[in-house]
Amino acid sequence: MPERILEDLEPVAGNGLLHRRLFLKGSAAVLGAGSLGLMTAAPAKELPPWMRGPGRPLSGYGTRSPYEAGVQRQVLAATGTDGAGGSWTPLEALEGMITPNPLHFERHHSGIPEIDPHRHRLLIHGMVDRALFFDMDALSRYPMVSRIQFIECSGNSYLAGLPARPINDTCGALHGLVSCSEWTGVPLSILLDEAGVDPAAGWIMAEGADAAAMNRSVPMAKAMDDALLALYQNGERLRPEQGYPLRLFLPGYEGNMSIKWLRRIKVTAAPSMTREETSKYSDLLPDGRTLLFTYPMDVKSVITSPSPGLELKEPGLYQISGMAWSGAGRIARVEVSADGGATWGEAALCEPVLDKAVTRFRMAWRWNGAETVIMSRAADEAGEMQPTRDAIIAAKGTKFAYHYNGIQAWRVDGKGQVSNVYA
Amino acid sequence: MSTRSLPALIAVVLAVGVLAQEGPELGIEATPEEVAEWDIGIEPDGEGLPPGSGTALEGEPVYTLYCFSCHGVEGEGLLNDVLVGGHGTLDGPAPRKTVGSFWPYATTVFDYIRRTMPYQEPQSLSDDQVYALTAYLLFLNGIIGKDEEMDAETLPEVRMPNRDNFILAWPPQDNE
Repeated sequence: MPERILEDLEPVAGNGLLHRRLFLKGSAAVLGAGSLGLMTAAPAKELPPWMRGPGRPLSGYGTRSPYEAGVQRQVLAATGTDGAGGSWTPLEALEGMITPNPLHFERHHSGIPEIDPHRHRLLIHGMVDRALFFDMDALSRYPMVSRIQFIECSGNSYLAGLPARPINDTCGALHGLVSCSEWTGVPLSILLDEAGVDPAAGWIMAEGADAAAMNRSVPMAKAMDDALLALYQNGERLRPEQGYPLRLFLPGYEGNMSIKWLRRIKVTAAPSMTREETSKYSDLLPDGRTLLFTYPMDVKSVITSPSPGLELKEPGLYQISGMAWSGAGRIARVEVSADGGATWGEAALCEPVLDKAVTRFRMAWRWNGAETVIMSRAADEAGEMQPTRDAIIAAKGTKFAYHYNGIQAWRVDGKGQVSNVYA
Repeated sequence: MSTRSLPALIAVVLAVGVLAQEGPELGIEATPEEVAEWDIGIEPDGEGLPPGSGTALEGEPVYTLYCFSCHGVEGEGLLNDVLVGGHGTLDGPAPRKTVGSFWPYATTVFDYIRRTMPYQEPQSLSDDQVYALTAYLLFLNGIIGKDEEMDAETLPEVRMPNRDNFILAWPPQDNE
């Protein structure tokens, strides 16, 4: 075995964490050995059914394998108002940085409207020189940009860390209100410039064309900086669940502000104090006061594999895989611990590592079969480090509900079963 | 090109680079009437409140007809949000956030009912009905009297009990 591979198999932190190079460059040499053995095993005596005749014909729009049909969002909505609720992305079943469109998380307040794009218009008005309508044909002619960025509901991960006792559910059910896509659309600043914004304006109010006419105020600085009027998601037109035919996209800010089915933008001097931004997406502190306008999503990471429901079948070499993201910019570093936080090793970050995008991290781990606790912690380029659950609760209590980003600990028991623990 | 003009050229290129991208300017000017029809929002100072009025007395039967099945008797909650009570619970271990105990602006109550409710048929109530429902919820929360009339003048004057307990987290404050 080459010296380099031996070196990669050296532990970098306690309880079997191996050098990150193992899964970057050494994987073919080390892991290939096992599969080579399989290839020379007993020859197939008969052809599998899918090789005995041609498969199904071509189609205009693809579908996934029926064997993957179990990979589903977990839906939660109130009885009687089943269009008001959320669906969580099954993070434990996915890899890489991009969320497939049909598995992107949802949060709707009054169902998913079926909008005829030929009848949809955007109105920009308020403190502008000219109130302007834009139809979808017109918007399609504006200069567009494409960015791979995450969107996260600010209520994400609440279930993972804030209930009094840990809820044991899948990684997706606990952290799946985050997804990452390539968004393509028109920078909002171009349209605001065309309308001519009054220098005294400080905010915009964005409103959707769903039955809730859901609306949020957005600081003008953000609207003029990197706000996008998105028309495409991962190359195809937005799905109705993601705001077809037009949504606001505010990189790094809490998802509720990225208004779907966008119909109206009013330029204002002050925030409109909508129901969503005052009574819902605000953070109640222990002393009874409430923080308003906590927009950026803080740095966070979670190990998606192994995670609850993905048991380790036997001791041996495994790949720890997870995702990290920050509303402040790029992920700078992710560290993994396999001994309950006593020691940490640096995980490999998969390229590309992009601004406000999900970054995939991986780490080799030799599990010795004993019970332990694994966890990850991320740091972003702004220098922020993902805090422990204890530190967050000490600072903000447990009543705030939104913007929880504590370190997630998974317990691996002696049988390889994984569960959510507070550690 | 002389070397002396190079810095000037670079400056021009940089300036063009940071200017906003230009669009094809395809916006169609909206008339004031069109804007008025589209603009359903109410600002916290009352801007946008329509003519009309209503009292809690008038709001009670409207509530029974359109709201009761989801929000329960007198706003105590059923399938959906509790609208009444919870006063004094926000600093305790089991806070109950309701319209009365939590919402900072009475104008938001009108705005939200009108834009979103009733769930099955939003924007179907008359402005008088929305004023009356708003008054009813404020009355149930002990904020106004049962026959106090809510309209474009009086509603923005209503002081919500939790109004002063909000801290603005934006724009971000420097810690220095």
